[in-house]
Amino acid sequence: MMTDSGKKVRGAYIHIPFCDHICYYCDFNKFFLKSQPVDAYLQALAKEMAYYSAMGPAATIYIGGGTPTALNESQFEKLLKDTSHYFGREGIREFTVEANPENLSDGKLALMKQYGVNRLSIGVQSFDNHLLKAIGRAHDAETARRAVGRARAAGIENITIDLMFALPGQDEKMLHDSLETALSLGTPHISIYSLQIEPRTIFYNRKRKGKLSLPGQDIEADMYGQIIFELEKNGLRQYEISNFARPGFEGIHNSLYWQNEEYYGLGAGAHGYVDGVRYANAGPVKKYINLMDAEGCAATERHRVTAQERMEEEMFLGLRMMRGVSRSRFLSRFGRPMTAVYGEQIDRLEQEGLLEQQGDFVFLTRKGTFLGNNVFEAFLLS
Amino acid sequence: MKGSRNDRQSHIRNFSIIAHIDHGKSTLADRILEATQALAKREMKAQTLDEMDLERERGITIKLNAVELNYKAPNGEDYIFHLIDTPGHVDFSYEVSRSLAACEGALLVVDAVQGVQAQTLANVYLALENNLEIIPVINKIDLPNADPDRVKKEIEDVIGLDASDAVLASAKTGLGTDEVLKQIIEKIPAPSGDPDAPLRALIFDSLYDSYRGVVVYIRVIDGTVRVGDTIKLMDNNKTFEVLEVGVSTPKIETRDALSVGDVGFLTASIKSVHDTRVGDTITLADRPAAAPLPGYRKMNPMVYCGLYPIDSAKYDDLREALGRLELNDAALQYEPETSEALGFGFRCGFLGLLHMDIVQERLEREFNIDLIATAPSVIYKVKKTDGTTVEVGNPSEMPERKYIDTIAEPYVRATIMTPNDFIGPVMELCQHKRGEFKTMESLDTTRSNVIYDLPLSEIMYDFFDALKSNTKGYASLDYEMDGYRVSDLVKMDILLNGDKVDALSVIVHKEFAFDRGKAIVDKLKELIPRQQFEVPIQAAIGLKIIARSTIKALRKNVLAKCYGGDVSRKRKLLEKQKEGKKRMKAVGSVEVPQEAFMAVFRMSHDD
Repeated sequence: MMTDSGKKVRGAYIHIPFCDHICYYCDFNKFFLKSQPVDAYLQALAKEMAYYSAMGPAATIYIGGGTPTALNESQFEKLLKDTSHYFGREGIREFTVEANPENLSDGKLALMKQYGVNRLSIGVQSFDNHLLKAIGRAHDAETARRAVGRARAAGIENITIDLMFALPGQDEKMLHDSLETALSLGTPHISIYSLQIEPRTIFYNRKRKGKLSLPGQDIEADMYGQIIFELEKNGLRQYEISNFARPGFEGIHNSLYWQNEEYYGLGAGAHGYVDGVRYANAGPVKKYINLMDAEGCAATERHRVTAQERMEEEMFLGLRMMRGVSRSRFLSRFGRPMTAVYGEQIDRLEQEGLLEQQGDFVFLTRKGTFLGNNVFEAFLLS
Repeated sequence: MKGSRNDRQSHIRNFSIIAHIDHGKSTLADRILEATQALAKREMKAQTLDEMDLERERGITIKLNAVELNYKAPNGEDYIFHLIDTPGHVDFSYEVSRSLAACEGALLVVDAVQGVQAQTLANVYLALENNLEIIPVINKIDLPNADPDRVKKEIEDVIGLDASDAVLASAKTGLGTDEVLKQIIEKIPAPSGDPDAPLRALIFDSLYDSYRGVVVYIRVIDGTVRVGDTIKLMDNNKTFEVLEVGVSTPKIETRDALSVGDVGFLTASIKSVHDTRVGDTITLADRPAAAPLPGYRKMNPMVYCGLYPIDSAKYDDLREALGRLELNDAALQYEPETSEALGFGFRCGFLGLLHMDIVQERLEREFNIDLIATAPSVIYKVKKTDGTTVEVGNPSEMPERKYIDTIAEPYVRATIMTPNDFIGPVMELCQHKRGEFKTMESLDTTRSNVIYDLPLSEIMYDFFDALKSNTKGYASLDYEMDGYRVSDLVKMDILLNGDKVDALSVIVHKEFAFDRGKAIVDKLKELIPRQQFEVPIQAAIGLKIIARSTIKALRKNVLAKCYGGDVSRKRKLLEKQKEGKKRMKAVGSVEVPQEAFMAVFRMSHDD
């Protein structure tokens, strides 16, 4: 997905901000599905698809949320139909939809197959029923296992599952069991995130009241090490801080973000990056719909990324990938050698054992992978 | 002419308001300003007299202020009121006594719920020493649990004032304001000075104004001062030509002259507030008074600490900022010093901890300099084995033990007013703080004054918080300096990653060294974030390690999720992390946050 050819490569992210229940850790832009104007929302979304697809094709499509599969089947079909109409084309590299195990019906799977969805991301989080309950998920382990099987039966082989670790009450044995179950399902891709306590979540409030006991940094670090070890041992290579894949199954759409490429962001609260401008859409659903109706565009915040910020982002996004950041690409993108801009930082981080250089690439060491923020921070220039 | 001047003088009333913090002084002042229409209601910001932001935020008065108010009494006569504000904190008790000396009367504001507090008491005694007529005002009687009868009785029993005419007021709602004004006229005597005698004007405050030079706030006791007069400051004999005189209403109004009983300001191209010390007397150069007004003393700093810019490039900015603050703060002292750990900075002297906090906050806020303040220290008098005595205000400069004969430290006499139920805990606390019991006075059936001699350094070190928590907030504290005493003190050093950090050294009593050392290393462990390597923290006396803790190495610090929607948020997070590091000082290879340097001093009492 290089831009060396000079051709613009963009992804399209489409946000479905509805959920039928709210997880305790989630701070995404999302709303209880009940009493939401879903049909009007999908209408507005189609308008926005027309608006952005006119700016150029998308190489990848990613429908995320919220919970896209919280839509009913006819709404879900309209969403896929519109998406396929505006962005679908011969040779689309990747078309991902996020799904929750409990509302991934066979009907929805059939619709996905019909409209060209070729990758499914299932929000499993854990295969431990107690933990699932403790983080506010609505499914159980068995439902999650069956969802993977049913997706395969529907003809979707490229499946990724999301897992979480450092959950309240989770120990290394529980983590091991979840990893084992996940591996036994044989999906070619796993994303695994440590729990972050974000403001405006149920967990945040519990923590502030002292009612949430978390494993702590040392256990979290041990768990992270355990994850890398167990997944890599089973052929899932770590290609990003939180992402593991069999070779050839790395997420293409998500890699665009880390490669500092542009993308359309559609839907309430979605962020996009188009023609050098990072923008954010209005978050509230009704506001989004009204803006689409009145102005044909819902972006309420726009920021033209400066040359310096672009360099910073090239580094702190790119270094998330185990492959690292390409020096030749840096030079061709910014007209300056990486060492001229960041020589001092790279030297220091190498000395601290956080960064390594080999061939054309600068990348995180294992220690650097654990302490990524210490590395990323160094590439902010002001 | 003389008749009308005397007539004017007989219609002047000069008064202050005495109150404990939060008992409603500023609100009552606002009501009085309103009643005399000094300010249209819409001009009123809440609490007009407190000018600096800091004062407003903390609800305390730092710099004094005086306003002239014209009041048409219900009897049809016109009165001139001068309301002189007083600072409400023990650090500034000398200023309080000087502003009280500029008055003939005082309103004693007591909270109808909380009753008389130790500081109120201390200030009332200052007022009585100055022969002031005191008008008790029981405030906040609109509160549901107000008990004005109990408070009246307290005023009579504890202070010994007749409270039968006490005004029942709610400054918040304006209830009782008319009665306050009536009693001001009826009870407070008019000024009694001689307008024909040589000028004697008391300086009760001064502040630096970049356009006018020092603005000196004065109360004329005898004589008259006019624009064009050459005045003489009686303490340093310096002379200046008066450029303007005037009053604040609270708008600035210039006049031709200020005469007996007037409270106002003068300017005379004076460059530094250090020439116009609070308490000094101004007279005329060509017709000087025979003697200055009584009670003047120069204020000396009681507490010292090192102030260092986190960014060493800001050293010159810090020097300039201190210079600017000094123009306005005669009690602030500073001189350059160097620390191995912190680089170049200044050792600064303050009247007390509040004064220190205020200066630090102003430096950070008004001058935008991020600071590291070392733990405050008192001045130790060290008698060396060679017979000489040195004063040490910086623990790291304490001579080596083998050269020390004795170390003496400043003591205070502390008066703690407490409900009788808490006498036990109070005494236990004082005992624990190396206090020496002096006496106990029963104030009424429910409360007592417990009087202890205590080392000043122990009062500085979390005493006040401990007192409050040991007595559920009921006890209050007042203290005065009480000379030096020899104590068994030692210097304790703190080592980070094996290196001594001079800025963290403290002087402690030998008996407490172990406990204090343990508390400090544990607190530092909490405050210093994990580094990329393990960092041992040790407390040592001489070469002997007496306490130790370890900061574990940083093991994981990486954002799990970062996709398209997150880029600007993640950037902000990284920027914040980077910003946080800018507020840390690299001491050797360890990044130490600002607050860690105060940790040796500020700990909750249960540590």
